[in-house]
Amino acid sequence: MNAALELRDVHKSFGTTKIINGVSLAIPAGERHAIIGPNGAGKSTLYNLISGRYPLSAGQILLNGEDITGLKPYEINRKGLSRSFQVTNIFHRLSVYENIRCAVLWSLGYRYSFWHRVGGLRDAQRRSVDVMERIGLARRRDTLAGELTYAEQRALEIGITIAGGASVILLDEPTAGMSRTETANAVELIRQVTEGRTLVMVEHDMGVVFNLADRISVLVYGEVIATGTPAAIRSNAAVQEAYLGTLHKEVASA
Amino acid sequence: MRYQPLNLGRWVLWSATALVLLAAPQIFSASFVLTLMTQMGTMIIFALSYNMLLGQGGMLSFGHAVYSGLGAYLSVHALNLVGHGAFPLPLPLLPLVGGLAGLAFGILFGYVTTRRAGTTFALISLGVGEMVFACSLMLPGFFGGEAGISTNRVVGQPFLGISFGPAIQVYYLVAFWCFVCMAAMFALTQTPLGRMANAVRDNPERAEFVGYNTQHVRFLQLALSAFFAGVSGALSCINFEIVSAENVSAIRSGGVLVATFIGGVPFFFGPIVGAVVYIFFVVALSGFTKAWLLYLGLFFLLMVLYAPGGIASIILMQIPVIRARRFGELLLPYALAAAAALVALAGLIGMVEMVYRLSEQGANTVLTVFGLSFDARATPPWIAFAAVLVAGLAALRHAARFVSARWDAIQQSLQSRAA
Repeated sequence: MNAALELRDVHKSFGTTKIINGVSLAIPAGERHAIIGPNGAGKSTLYNLISGRYPLSAGQILLNGEDITGLKPYEINRKGLSRSFQVTNIFHRLSVYENIRCAVLWSLGYRYSFWHRVGGLRDAQRRSVDVMERIGLARRRDTLAGELTYAEQRALEIGITIAGGASVILLDEPTAGMSRTETANAVELIRQVTEGRTLVMVEHDMGVVFNLADRISVLVYGEVIATGTPAAIRSNAAVQEAYLGTLHKEVASA
Repeated sequence: MRYQPLNLGRWVLWSATALVLLAAPQIFSASFVLTLMTQMGTMIIFALSYNMLLGQGGMLSFGHAVYSGLGAYLSVHALNLVGHGAFPLPLPLLPLVGGLAGLAFGILFGYVTTRRAGTTFALISLGVGEMVFACSLMLPGFFGGEAGISTNRVVGQPFLGISFGPAIQVYYLVAFWCFVCMAAMFALTQTPLGRMANAVRDNPERAEFVGYNTQHVRFLQLALSAFFAGVSGALSCINFEIVSAENVSAIRSGGVLVATFIGGVPFFFGPIVGAVVYIFFVVALSGFTKAWLLYLGLFFLLMVLYAPGGIASIILMQIPVIRARRFGELLLPYALAAAAALVALAGLIGMVEMVYRLSEQGANTVLTVFGLSFDARATPPWIAFAAVLVAGLAALRHAARFVSARWDAIQQSLQSRAA
C-alpha cells in the first residue's frame, strides 16, 4: 500500500546549522499522525519542507506516491496537501465567508477566472457555507477575519486549511494559546473535519496528542527517535530520556 | 473594507450614475465645463484602472501612465491611418485600439514588474516608466519627439449627423465608455480573480497555500488594468487630438496615484470621486492661479495625514450617523470647522500668491486677491494675511475639538444601542 505522505531521508541545513537530519517517515492514508518533540527540534521546519515553503537540502518527499520534492507551495496544495500555521495566517481584511471561499475556488476549478461571477457560483457557496458550519463560524459569516476572537481565528485557520478538500492535512499547533474548553472544542472539530483524511499534526498539548493520534513520531534535534502507537511511545525508554522533566510527566499521565 | 450595498441599492446607484452622465451637459452647458467633464470621464477610467492595482491588488505603481500613454500613441497612429483611408474604423471603437495596446504592453511589462510584490514592484514600475519615457524622446518616428503627434478626430462621413467634431459629441462618447468601463471594472471585482487579488493583497503567503500562484494573480490583474488604462489613453487622444511624451511621463503616473488616493483607495467608487476632484484642481484651478500644483500637493498631504481612506471614507463615515438621524447634531460643528478652514485658507492663499508674484521675473508686483489690490513688496499685506492664517488655524483647532467631541458622543451612544 502506498503511503499518503512519505519522507525519505530528508535533510535541511541553514548555512552550517543542520536543522533536519535524515528524517524518514511513512504515513498511511487515513491515519492521524502526531509529531511531538521539544522546542527547537525542527517540527515547524519539517512542515515548511513538506509544504514547499523551504527547499530541501537533501532527500525526497512523496505525496500519494508522487514525488513533490522541490515543488512550489501552490503546486503541492493543488496535489492535495493543505497546511495550517502556528501563527494565525488568515486574510484579515476579508470576511469569514470570503476567507473560506478563497480557499475553495481553486479546488472547484475556477482558478484565475475573470469571467465567472463569484456570487453566482453555487458550488463554491455551498462548500463555503458547509465549512463555516463545521467550524462553527456560520453566525460570524460577514465579520472581518481580523475582528474575530483568537479562538475563532484559530478555527478559521483550520477552516481555510480543510476547505479545499485536500486529502492530506497538516496542522501546526492547532490548539496553541487556547483555554481548556476551547482546546476540547478544537479537538472535537479536528477529529470531525479530518474524518476520512490523512492528518499530520504538530502539537505541544500531550492531552490532545494522545487523544487524537493513531501513531506518534518523536522528533529530537532533527531526527525521529521513535514512531509508534501512543501506548508504545509512552513506554519508550528513548522518548522518556529525551523528555526528562516536565514533559516526561505529561507524557506519562496523558 | 468593501462598499456593499443591497442589490436593489446597487441598481439605483448605477442608474443614477448613468443619469448623471447623461444629464450633466444639459445642466452645465458652458463649453469650459463641458471640456472639464470630458476630462473627468477620461480620468475616472484611468484612476479606476489604477485602483485595480493599488486598492484591489496591493500593488503601488509609479508607472501606470505607460499603459494609458502607449494606448494613446497607438490610438493616434490608428486614427491617422483611418484619416488617410488606410483602413475603416469608426471613431467610437478607437478606445478598443487603445485598450488592446494597453493590454499588450501590460502583458509585456507586467511579466517583468509583477514577478515581485511590495517595494520591489513599486521600484520596477518606476524603472519601466522611466524607460518608456526615455524611449519617447529617443524614437521620434513613433513618439513624435517634443511636439508629439497630432491628429484629427473627424474622419469619414458623419453617421446620423454625428461627426464627433463638436465637444458635446466627444463628451457623450467619453461618457459612454466611462460607464461601460466602470461597470466592467466593478464586475471584475466580483470574479474569482478579483476576489483572489484581494486575498493576495492581504496575505500573499496564505494565498500560495490555498493553491494560487500570487505572481499569476498580480500579472493578470495588471494586464486587465492596463487594458482600461489604454482605453482612457485613447479617449484623451480623441479629446485633445494630440499625444506627446507627457502622456507616458512620471507626472501622469504620479497624477493618477494622487487622484486615486484623494478619492479613497479602499473603496471601489473612491477613484471616481478622486478623478473629479483631481481634474478640478488640474484644469479649473490652473486657470486661476499658477500655484495650483502647490494647492493640490497640500491637499494631498492633508488627505494622507488625516484621511488615509480618502474622500470616500469621509462620506461613508457619515452614513451610520445619518441613518440614526443624528447628522443634525454635527451640522453646527461641521459648519464652524468649515468656516475656520476657509479663513485659514484665505490667509494661506494670500501669502502663496504673493510669493508666486515675487518669484516671477519682472512681473508687476501689484496683485489682486479676493478683490483687494496690494503690492507684494509691501509689509502690511504680509502681516495681514499671516494674521488671518494664524487666526484661522487657531479657530480650526477649537472647531476640530468641537467636532470630535460631538462625533465621539454620537458614536458612543450608537455603540451602546447596538450592544
